[in-house]
Amino acid sequence: MVTPEITNQNKSDALKEGSVVIEMKHVRKSFGKNYVLRDINLVIHKGESVVILGKSGTGKSVLIKCIVGLNDIDDGTLIILGQDISELKRDARNELRKKIGFLFQSGALYDSMTVRGNLEFPLKRQAKRPSQTEMDHLIQEALSQVGLSAAENQTPSELSGGMRKRLGLARTLILKPEIMLYDEPTTGLDPITSKEISKLILKVQKNYDTTSIIITHDIECARLTANRIIVIQHGACAAEGSYTELLNSKNAWVRSFFE
Amino acid sequence: MEKRISNKSQEIQNLNKKDVESPNHADANKKDKIVERRQTAREADKPDTTLDKFFIEVALVTLFTLRFFKEVFRPRFEVNETLKQSFLMGYASLPLVAITGFIIGLVLTIQTRPTLAGLGAESWLPAMVAVSIIREIGPVITALIFAGKVGSGIGAELASMNVTQQIDAMKVSGTNPFKFLVVTRILAATLMLPLLVIFADMVGLLGSFVGCNLEGNVSTQLFFVQIIESLDFEDLVPAVIKTFFFGFAVGLVGCYKGYNSDKGTEGVGQAANSAVVFASLMVFVIDMIAVQITSMLQS
Ligand SMILES: Nc1ncnc2c1ncn2[C@@H]1O[C@H](COP(=O)(O)OP(=O)(O)OP(=O)(O)O)[C@@H](O)[C@H]1O
Ligand SMILES: [Mg+2]
Repeated sequence: MVTPEITNQNKSDALKEGSVVIEMKHVRKSFGKNYVLRDINLVIHKGESVVILGKSGTGKSVLIKCIVGLNDIDDGTLIILGQDISELKRDARNELRKKIGFLFQSGALYDSMTVRGNLEFPLKRQAKRPSQTEMDHLIQEALSQVGLSAAENQTPSELSGGMRKRLGLARTLILKPEIMLYDEPTTGLDPITSKEISKLILKVQKNYDTTSIIITHDIECARLTANRIIVIQHGACAAEGSYTELLNSKNAWVRSFFE
Repeated sequence: MEKRISNKSQEIQNLNKKDVESPNHADANKKDKIVERRQTAREADKPDTTLDKFFIEVALVTLFTLRFFKEVFRPRFEVNETLKQSFLMGYASLPLVAITGFIIGLVLTIQTRPTLAGLGAESWLPAMVAVSIIREIGPVITALIFAGKVGSGIGAELASMNVTQQIDAMKVSGTNPFKFLVVTRILAATLMLPLLVIFADMVGLLGSFVGCNLEGNVSTQLFFVQIIESLDFEDLVPAVIKTFFFGFAVGLVGCYKGYNSDKGTEGVGQAANSAVVFASLMVFVIDMIAVQITSMLQS
């Protein structure tokens, strides 16, 4: 059992001045007898870019699914953009959800639609549906942000793995979210494409002024994108700090992630 | 007895308190045990027999149906998607329905002829066949084909969207996937099956006309005059009304199975398969109920 170590509480102070975007207190989530999240406590501030590390199956995906509302938490408090989730009605929750972008581990692209269709879908379902010219403009903007302008009329099955990730990202960005949740954005890609995606994440962070949580097993991606890294073990936050701090951690188990 | 219960609830409250108060991560293991104890208490009322599972399934389908009726009348209305699905469903089943309808009309005529001839009532042939096609065989056979073609298609499509998290992706983007995927498909199935049945009936009668003319010679005019004379309003209306229920059942079962499929690749096959089985079963059950109601009303 690793003793919890909080190595860094002062480093990203500049960021912590900003308002709290996500706050989790004693959050718990289990599936039957599988206790995935046992006691999650974390605070994420506006403009931060937090990377979550942890062994496969520790519940990283479940954690961000709780944030976006795909999983309900069993216990504890979850406050997003100042609103306590447990107190919100269904419609209010839906509204809040639109401010959160979620990049799925598997892409989750609509494979019956073209690339353009994938981007149009969330736009057309807005309460205030944008006009055709606005929509064209938004789609072109999102596609050029991720460098996919040439593939507008292809279907997802015709795209490569890296292009699929980009499309997933474009589809999420098109609603201009305040919070971006990335579930293993670089998994299954070659090192060069991984690096491109990491840079894309940074670009999005800057251009769209988002707060990000990034789950990854890719240390290079973590190094590039993180202001702060949180390591999860046994359903709780086991270590926290900047990249260099965790790299030089006294704890051998924490260091093992960086080897 | 009461004391014991209140003791227990006290205990649980204490556990709760302890849980919340313990700030240390090292307590995680201890806490697990507590949570586990609570969980076992909950699991005491989990289903174990097949009968329990059956009733739970019935309850879930009922909830699913209620949700459909709740959402179908609330904006926003996905008109375009409903039309698109209707078109796809009709288009997918049209050739199959046409061929089956024709063959059944033909075969029925050929096989009924000797019996009627033996009774000296060969001139009743068109009327006999028409009544059985329009009242029973047309609707049921078309509904079964529809279940096989469209029900399984819906089941597989929604299940694979579920596996690949496309349904989750819709939720995340603020779209109500139940409305967009389920409501549209159930509506489309309910509207399209009656049209397909009318089409199948007509093709079936055409087959019957061909059958009549293989032996003997019946003019078109005579054939249709006989049919129209033999059909009452009371034959047609219940036959049409029940097809709406057939279509609704096929759409509902397909959507239910697909939308609630197990995550995993086998889930897709299972959803498609059980959608066909249950939809076909539902068609027969509804048919039986419809017959009962019709005969009650007519007597
Ligand atoms: N919907 C679900 N139903 C039941 N169990 C689930 C569900 N979702 C996740 N789990 C369980 O929760 C645990 C954590 O899963 P999760 O997907 O969060 O892992 P992860 O940390 O993201 O792993 P990876 O790095 O491999 O993606 C797993 O044991 C998984 O079986
Ligand atoms: Mg995961």
